[in-house]
Amino acid sequence: MENYISMRNISKSFGKVVANRNINLTVKKGEIHALLGENGAGKSTLMNMLSGVYTPDSGSIFVKEKEVRFASPKDAIDQGIGMIYQHFKLVENMTAAENIVLGRRTGLFAGRKALNREIGEISRRFGLDIDPGKKVYDMSVGERQTLEILKVLYRGADILILDEPTAVLTPQETSKLFDIMRRMKEEGHAVIFITHKMNEVMEVSDRITVLRKGETVGTVDKAETNPKLLTEMMVGRPVDLSIRRVKVPKGRKLLEVKSVNAVNQYGGPVLKSVSFELFAGEILGVAGVAGSGQKELCESIAGLYPIKQGEVLFENESLIGLSPSAIIKKGVSFSFVPEDRLGMGLVASMGMVDNIVLKQYQSQRGLFIDRRPAVEKSRQIIESLDINTPGIHHPVRQLSGGNIQKVLLGRELDSNPHLLITAYPVRGLDINTCYTIYDLLNREKEKGVGVLFVAEDLDVLIELSDRIMVMYNGEIAGIYDAEKCTKEMLGLLMTGNKLEGTEGLQ
Amino acid sequence: MRLRFVKRSEINKKSGLAIRGTAILLALLATTLFIAFLKLNPLSVYISMLDGSFGSAYRVKETIIKTVPLVITSLGIAVAFKMQFWNIGGEGQIAMGAFMASFVALRMPELPKPLLLALMIAAGMVGGGLWALLPAFFKARWGTNETIVTLMMNYIALKYVTYLQYGPWRDPKALGFPKIPNFSDNAILPNLFGVHIGWVFALILTAAMFIFMNHSKKGYEIAVLGESEHTARYAGINIRNTIIVSLLISGGLCGLTGMIQASAVANTLSYEVSGGIGYTAIITTWLSGLSAPFIILTSFLFSILIQGGSFIQTSFGIPQSAAQIIQGIILFFVLGSEFFTRYRLVVRKGES
Repeated sequence: MENYISMRNISKSFGKVVANRNINLTVKKGEIHALLGENGAGKSTLMNMLSGVYTPDSGSIFVKEKEVRFASPKDAIDQGIGMIYQHFKLVENMTAAENIVLGRRTGLFAGRKALNREIGEISRRFGLDIDPGKKVYDMSVGERQTLEILKVLYRGADILILDEPTAVLTPQETSKLFDIMRRMKEEGHAVIFITHKMNEVMEVSDRITVLRKGETVGTVDKAETNPKLLTEMMVGRPVDLSIRRVKVPKGRKLLEVKSVNAVNQYGGPVLKSVSFELFAGEILGVAGVAGSGQKELCESIAGLYPIKQGEVLFENESLIGLSPSAIIKKGVSFSFVPEDRLGMGLVASMGMVDNIVLKQYQSQRGLFIDRRPAVEKSRQIIESLDINTPGIHHPVRQLSGGNIQKVLLGRELDSNPHLLITAYPVRGLDINTCYTIYDLLNREKEKGVGVLFVAEDLDVLIELSDRIMVMYNGEIAGIYDAEKCTKEMLGLLMTGNKLEGTEGLQ
Repeated sequence: MRLRFVKRSEINKKSGLAIRGTAILLALLATTLFIAFLKLNPLSVYISMLDGSFGSAYRVKETIIKTVPLVITSLGIAVAFKMQFWNIGGEGQIAMGAFMASFVALRMPELPKPLLLALMIAAGMVGGGLWALLPAFFKARWGTNETIVTLMMNYIALKYVTYLQYGPWRDPKALGFPKIPNFSDNAILPNLFGVHIGWVFALILTAAMFIFMNHSKKGYEIAVLGESEHTARYAGINIRNTIIVSLLISGGLCGLTGMIQASAVANTLSYEVSGGIGYTAIITTWLSGLSAPFIILTSFLFSILIQGGSFIQTSFGIPQSAAQIIQGIILFFVLGSEFFTRYRLVVRKGES
């Protein structure tokens, strides 16, 4: 088969950081090629060079056996390379068709009929489902992604790069995307698929190139490998991929949320009569498409988001109307690990000590701060969670994502909370740290802590949680026993479909 | 060959100093060229600038007198900047502080000196503090942009003082000259070692500010709030209260500067009381990295620049604008070096 892309000995550094070192990658016509690696392994850097965003420091790129040098993304598009980014680059208040022709020389009004015909043709050929007249702001995430794909196909791309395309999709949307990818392959296009999800790699790709710490570990055929081997290549040593579910007898009722309603700044509802209970010694998973009210739910329990109606009872005491400081002063023992670690949980420019002071200083007496206890605590947390930092006063912003999360979790768990609210605790972390965090959550559960665990990875939710609460559009679509949940079922609930005959699951 | 700017991840102290040192050398070089262009001997101009700042006891005193208001105003501005509240309103807060202090001084000239001065200090700080509180309130309540509001309130304050000077407060004995009557002797700050006692205030306030920002709860809360309002709410910090306290301190210190300038330097109120200190202090504050001890250093260096600049005007007979160009060149390089502490230039050889 013909080589569509061949990248040879590519290196790229940013300052002192080597992002890519002598990387080799060959992608053939008509194949889906997965690019696998942990965060920071250099996948995005490599693809940005292929799409003309960066230029390599050394090495050469061949497209269809011809050496190329890209000065800009436009050069790459001219060679038939189209990249779909994680963050879509669409104009919200334009239609699909307008977005497709945007930036093309043809002009916005020239040949609308021809354009629609062409769009229709491409759509049929690849099985894309797009209404050219629909405005982007009316589109779901899945539709927007399809539009992005259509856009690069329209521009003549026959080599597509998809940067973690499934991160924002529901299982149903994901399988639709995989169908599209397979169609492209049948049409003789090449698809490069960046991911770190093993099951997706096994499902859709033909060959897999694994990167680790900026270097190529190797390229393998899917038929000759398995998730365990791939993980080993990715991490560099064997990793146990199973998450244990700890059995803990159900404890007393810790948290009771009763028909809570909340609105956003424009008065639109973000939480619609949300009710649930959380017990000691359980992990209650929260599933849902991003923006379904998870963040508002966590924050309103923590007193950070105004509740319009309803009740929140923690250990039978109402928390409604209390500010975070009043909640802290009351000695209510819960901890909230927010989604936005550096923007909410921590002070990015301060060191560990000053970040630990954040939770201590209010209980100190007098006008001045005694930092000695925080210094000691920092050392303890570094020890117990194995945090890698140049020093306890080193700005946390400069630590790696995993260490940042450990600082935050370490501080929050240090107060021995009865209730732990965590929003996306493993987002952006490498596999090892993910498992460390799952273990930490399990340990808290064994101690009798109630854990509210908001996450996006459905596999993890099913394996780790005792019960799973699905949120859709600010409502609770259902609460189910995790052992009886399937990904497909959660996916349906997350997108607003009703299940039939599921009463027995609750 | 291609040139590109690349953002630095983080800069260590050593290369930071190297960059700033290079900037000063380049500034001297550019100034030298400019002075040579004026057909003067650059070296003697530099020596003369230092001579103008330190050449005699009187000149040293003048330099210190110029340093004092810069230090106190910079300390005030630093408190607001730490909270990322861009208080550009130092000028107006100085003017309102001076106005309130003058009101006390002119109304009760016969009060015993310690009492009168204490009242003037209190009035000055209240005046400046309230003038800063207003934009803070608007921002907390309606999310207005504090840069614009504080800036515009400068004009209101200065025009108001001008109105007083030309109108109701005009001295009838000044033979039609638009000036406000001089303060009584009791309303004038005493000297210590030949310089008005404001320098003692400046030193004490610097130490106090250092302790406040680094060791007090409120100082910590201001720093957290400046970094992220979300984190502040998350940690249970009372945001409104923190904004009010920090702006009262910020404006209060600017107001104190106004009181000192009116009482000890001008012995009266005039629309020139702030004299650009509120703007210059923004630069000294920023260059100090919001650190109280460094504020003394940057303010002192700036005073040398101002004092030396005005001295060479007379000694070399160059126009005021030329002296200002020299100041401008030096500023340009020093501020420009701040850019290079964040970015670095990468030269790429080969094809573009």
